[in-house]
Amino acid sequence: MQFSGRRRKVITSPQVELYGQALQFYGQPPLENMSLSEFESFAVDRLKLLKTIENLGVSYVKLSDDYKRKLDNESRNLNFPYRPDAVPDDRKSQVGPSEYEKRRKDHISHFILRLAYCQTEDLRRWFIQQEVDLFRYRFNGLQPKQKVEFLHKNNLQYDTISVEEKKTLQDKLVNSSHNVSGITVEDQDFYKVPFQDALDLVRTRKVYLKAGYVYIPHQDIVAIVLNDFRTRLSKALALTARSLPAVHSDERLQPLLNHLSHAYVGQDYSIQKNVGKISLEQIDSLSVKSFPLCMRQLHQALRDSHHLRHGGRMQYGLFLKGIGLSLEQALQFWRSEFIRGKVDADKFDKAYAYGIRHMFGKEGKRADYTPYSCMKVILSNLPSQGDHHGCPFRHSDPELLKQKLQFYKVSPSGISQILELVKGMHYQLACQKYFELTHSIEEASFSLNHPNQYFIESQRVLGGGKDIKREVGTPQRSQENSAARGSTADREAAAAANAAKDLPEMTEDLDSFFQDA
Amino acid sequence: MPSSGYDAACLPDLLPLYYRRLFPFAQYHRWLNYGGVQKNYFQNREFSFTLKDDIYVRYQSFSTQTELEKEMLKMNPYKIDVGAIYSHRPNQHNTVKSGTFQALEKELVFDIDMTDYDDVRSCCSAAEICSKCWTLMTIAVHILDRALRDDFGFQHLLWVYSGRRGVHCWVCDEAARKLSVAARSAVAEYLSLVKGGDETVKKVVLTDPLHPFIRESLAVVERYFPQYALHEQEILSRKESVDKVLALVPEDILFLFQCCIYEGNKACSRAVGNSKGQHFEKEIMLQYCYPRLDVNVSKGVNHLLKSPFSVHPKTGRISVPMDLEELDTFDPLAVPTIRSATVLNARVSEDVKEKENEKDAAERRKIRDYKRTSLAKYVKYFDQFLDGLALSWKGELLKKSDLEKDF
Repeated sequence: MQFSGRRRKVITSPQVELYGQALQFYGQPPLENMSLSEFESFAVDRLKLLKTIENLGVSYVKLSDDYKRKLDNESRNLNFPYRPDAVPDDRKSQVGPSEYEKRRKDHISHFILRLAYCQTEDLRRWFIQQEVDLFRYRFNGLQPKQKVEFLHKNNLQYDTISVEEKKTLQDKLVNSSHNVSGITVEDQDFYKVPFQDALDLVRTRKVYLKAGYVYIPHQDIVAIVLNDFRTRLSKALALTARSLPAVHSDERLQPLLNHLSHAYVGQDYSIQKNVGKISLEQIDSLSVKSFPLCMRQLHQALRDSHHLRHGGRMQYGLFLKGIGLSLEQALQFWRSEFIRGKVDADKFDKAYAYGIRHMFGKEGKRADYTPYSCMKVILSNLPSQGDHHGCPFRHSDPELLKQKLQFYKVSPSGISQILELVKGMHYQLACQKYFELTHSIEEASFSLNHPNQYFIESQRVLGGGKDIKREVGTPQRSQENSAARGSTADREAAAAANAAKDLPEMTEDLDSFFQDA
Repeated sequence: MPSSGYDAACLPDLLPLYYRRLFPFAQYHRWLNYGGVQKNYFQNREFSFTLKDDIYVRYQSFSTQTELEKEMLKMNPYKIDVGAIYSHRPNQHNTVKSGTFQALEKELVFDIDMTDYDDVRSCCSAAEICSKCWTLMTIAVHILDRALRDDFGFQHLLWVYSGRRGVHCWVCDEAARKLSVAARSAVAEYLSLVKGGDETVKKVVLTDPLHPFIRESLAVVERYFPQYALHEQEILSRKESVDKVLALVPEDILFLFQCCIYEGNKACSRAVGNSKGQHFEKEIMLQYCYPRLDVNVSKGVNHLLKSPFSVHPKTGRISVPMDLEELDTFDPLAVPTIRSATVLNARVSEDVKEKENEKDAAERRKIRDYKRTSLAKYVKYFDQFLDGLALSWKGELLKKSDLEKDF
């Protein structure tokens, strides 16, 4: 080490080079020793960050100003890097960890969570989704020059097309995407990329596709980068899964990793409590009183047409399992309903009983399927002609939704509040509002993310069990409280406060665990 | 639609005849073996059979064409489905360490089912089809075939009549077989324009600019729309169907129409035509005619789909490949059934042997009938398809042998 008077000397060490870039593909795992407590706190912090990303992604349009602002805040609070132009060895009067330390934390925590989230398809899918969203937000924050630098450093070489070809394809290129104008075509390079490397653009038809290649202007290369990131991470997780036995043999790590992977979903309602406590006769009245709208709709459709298609059977069947129906009850329930329709007992036993047993883990690979969370219902398996599954707040025409709510005797002012939330794409908040209106309470004490959670909370309210807690929140929140009752910001704060409450509790548990050890 | 008095009770007797004499095993194996370029491609392919009394068996696999023939003759399947190529022989999957038995490759497939159009066809519903609504399948094949070739660059597409109420497409290019789940789902979504279930009234929404894919698809729909929708389906003839159409028209346009009727003002219709971003006429045509595909069928690498040349047990019709040159005259109700194929074949092959040089017009007509309604022409078309596919193998095999010589 060299000292030269007062002038700050730039000391280059291998570590600085390692974290020289703000953004990375996480290609190389960290190679250093660290304490268990740092290991644990890094992991928990990243988990909080990813959970925030998940929640923000449902409530806001990704990369909108609100979204970025909130994510900036969260990154800052958790000591993760959020300013891409900070220099790694900048140690000038900074409060808290340096940029270098933040990047190191980012690097290490990512790899720890890989260990926790590589084990099952569901965990992997969730982890990859949040990491991709995080990457997108960070890449978006880079300057154009830094973006190009990133591309080159990571070997994404795609061919550009000639000027003549650009001219020939000009109209088609302009018509294929909103942000491509005649000027774009003239000024920018267009890259020819195999369609398999640009699936997001293909899926949403936002790009020109010819003979298996998509034509992308330089400005849009981010989608490609994201896809590449996703693919690399997916492969890496598969590899990580294979080396898990070695990791699990370290007794210090196994409990922590298990705890981490269960934390993300909170409760997944896969372990059936109260099996058999619900009788089939109760279901009709329960569907009106305590089912979320999606399940009420499915139940109604089932009663009306004595049939549900596969998507509906899965969504509703697993929900019923989650509220405590036993396999025998489920079989009886579906059978008696289907028989009223066009299906005779024989056909039911042959064609449908298998599927129900499958849901309960009694067939095939004997996986015990978990009831769908709101996220899953909203995002996957779009309903099509003849289907009744999905989230009504997301998938129904607003007009039809309105009629349905009127039919279910929701007040006109309540209906317009719900429709406002739907317009803003806050589907879970809309459902929560539906809960509040149908249970005649001012404010739900929970943040809705699972249909079975809706059911349990509803039963709690109706059974007069636990008190409905008023939200004890941050000062910021109580200001908004007095300013605008029932505004969306209110809900956000409540939701965020709720989410934030869970994780500190979890960390406390982890702390005490380690103290015992 | 009664298919000439078909009764599933005939299957136990006719299926053995069909499998012994008509099922084109040689071509079938030639297809699924893909030139032997990849080791164990045929051996690791999953088949599933549905036997008499709805007994369903999965994870069937065969080492050779002969073994496939033997087993099919023995088991006499009512339905045959083709699945993926796995990492190990499917019939040994229980011996493989859990987690390592995986589906690796499969053709990219599409399934267009007429029941998905029930809300827009008035002539039939559910499992019925007729010549009037079959046009929907014609339109679907034209649109998807063009898109898969021109947009995605695929070359080896096998279109097959499902035997009852729809069509399947098997994209057999190597690149297609190697596609991931995410890629398959992306392709299917690119091709999807009609979205929403029973709860959605307006299922097609277009915004500016119109993507070239939409323009191309519209061009196909517009070719068929007047004859199909206005003439055959008569969507503007009865009040209830008119109402259904009007439900898809935006309110402000309807208001303008009413003005026009009152004022008789020609300027109105021009105004309507120029309304910015209003594509309701195109949206209506697409909602009535654009192909509706089930994304879930195309997504899964391990998805099992009805095999070409298998029999549809509910109709007795054979799943035959469709020659796209004759697409517009394809008649699903003239597709050979297991009865017509086996019986006709039995009768004629005897006659043919006896009267090979018969110049009698009646006999010639009989032989011509045989050729027209029998399986022969479909097998011939399948051969042509395989010839095209084989060209792609030749390149691969040469490459492989070159590499081997280097060592």
